[in-house]
Amino acid sequence: MAVIAPTDFKKRLDRRKWEGRAFYVLCLLAIIVALGMLAVLLIYIGMKGWSHVNWGFISSFPSRHPDEAGIKSALLGSVYLVIIAGLVSFVLGVGAAVYLEEYAGRNRFARIAQINIANLAGVPSIVYGILGLEIFVRSMHLGKSLLAGGFTLALLILPIIIIASQEAIRAVPPSIREGGYALGASRWQTIWHLVLPQAFSGILTGVILSMSRAIGETAPLIVIGALTFVPFTPDGPLSRFSALPIQIFNWTSRPQAGFQEAAAAGIIVLLILLLSMNALAVLLRSKLEIRS
Amino acid sequence: MDEQANGDGRPPILRPRNQHIWHRLPSERIIAVLLFLCAGISILTTIGIVAFLVWEAAQFFGAVNFLDFITGTKWTPLFSSKHFGVLALVAGTVQTAIGAMIVALPLGLLSAVFMSEYAPNRIRRLVKPVLEVLAGIPTIVYGFFALLFITPLLRDVSGGISVFNGLSASIVMGIMILPMVSSLSEDAMRAVPRSLREGAYALGATKLEVATRVVIPAALSGIVASFILAMSRAIGETMIVTIAAGQNPNFTLNPLVPIETMTAFIVQVSQGDSPTGTIEFKTIFAVALTLFAFTLLMNLLSQYLVGRFREVYE
Repeated sequence: MAVIAPTDFKKRLDRRKWEGRAFYVLCLLAIIVALGMLAVLLIYIGMKGWSHVNWGFISSFPSRHPDEAGIKSALLGSVYLVIIAGLVSFVLGVGAAVYLEEYAGRNRFARIAQINIANLAGVPSIVYGILGLEIFVRSMHLGKSLLAGGFTLALLILPIIIIASQEAIRAVPPSIREGGYALGASRWQTIWHLVLPQAFSGILTGVILSMSRAIGETAPLIVIGALTFVPFTPDGPLSRFSALPIQIFNWTSRPQAGFQEAAAAGIIVLLILLLSMNALAVLLRSKLEIRS
Repeated sequence: MDEQANGDGRPPILRPRNQHIWHRLPSERIIAVLLFLCAGISILTTIGIVAFLVWEAAQFFGAVNFLDFITGTKWTPLFSSKHFGVLALVAGTVQTAIGAMIVALPLGLLSAVFMSEYAPNRIRRLVKPVLEVLAGIPTIVYGFFALLFITPLLRDVSGGISVFNGLSASIVMGIMILPMVSSLSEDAMRAVPRSLREGAYALGATKLEVATRVVIPAALSGIVASFILAMSRAIGETMIVTIAAGQNPNFTLNPLVPIETMTAFIVQVSQGDSPTGTIEFKTIFAVALTLFAFTLLMNLLSQYLVGRFREVYE
């Protein structure tokens, strides 16, 4: 091995140190750019739409005049959709998670189901829209209704809820179950009275977070056939509907500046909804954890 | 009680033996069946997606030559002179996805290095959730931002850029998938044991050398998997490209002109008034099947990489 002269070594060391510092600055810059973009995005939307957000905007129906246009029907549609999707996927998702964690063991079905769930989480949302169109709208004759939209979103968030619930159930120590069995409880009694209450806060957090994902979904609802102009409130689960992201999409595609402001205002409402759902999830988790 | 070994290092879970008295209770059995059905729904969903897409696409390929579909570069199914060359849409999709990766890869990877190697714990705990907010913002919001903020900015720089272009969509999509790259890569880097880093420091390596020659190579499988997942996400992304990239299926990789992606085409047809039985409408199933094949392959590849090349320490 060649020996480096001390002067050379010093020179190389200086260069290596300099490179190291440059790299640090580069990394720092990357994070600043990423966070900066988030800031720019929020500030831009805030500036563009804030003046448009008021009670009239929230409580009026859409209109051909940007100043009178509101999001009442879209907001209600979104709330109904998310409630339907949340309830359906909560029941199915927790059921699936309980089966996979407590019943299936390590059998073939469980392995296939697990791989399958991971893959479903990566399927583009627009493909779920096509599935919903085929199953709910056409095969089950639900029409382009709230129910069809809610079920489609339920399928979309189901993998997320299953994975979150599985993690929550797995975190319950085996000793809890053994205690139940030792007292003569059946498997389901053990799960229902001992495991699920312990896992509940984790499950609920997962459900709320995935509902906040559902409320922002646009593409599957377009494929299902959500309306962009709904001057009525949905009167039942089979009513046709609009949704907040659909309304924002419609306004964004229009050339008038007034509608773009309305779109920004709609985005502000959507983001506030999202943030409150996330905050609720964090709050619930900390509260339930303290109690148990 | 049966002890069941899990094989993955977790303590065995005690399971009651099947012969036990309460296992014969009808209610217990019904509940087990119901829970099994819940788990089955997820498998039915996959079967449903594949079955419907293949069934409808098969009808489409009854009318359109499959070879023309996968080799043609002209896509005009909504015009009177119809061409069904899906490559025009694939080009749009690939272009925007690659553009997004060019933005997200360096920024995401450098952010991950910063968080895992440089940032003090306090900063990391503050920055990570904020970065994850980026991942939680609905894509419609990004679409709005791309069309009304980034595009005018680009057009100020160069007048030759169209109102609808792939570049603006790529940039914003890159920001959207950045947290995915950074957070998954960071997880992979943090899983590299300290002892490897300490060994390199003991030999006189600088932080840069430790990061690029020890940590990144050791975490490579996780990092590459995060790239592929992010790419698959970019390919399936819909609203940003629909709003900002246009609806002109051009077979080009030029990011300055209007294009159309596979997802944007599905939205276009869904919004239009093509009756459901027509060949125009059936195109969305053929396009969706192509899209599904792309993303499925990438997801499987990423899972394979994580499983196959994971370096197991300790």
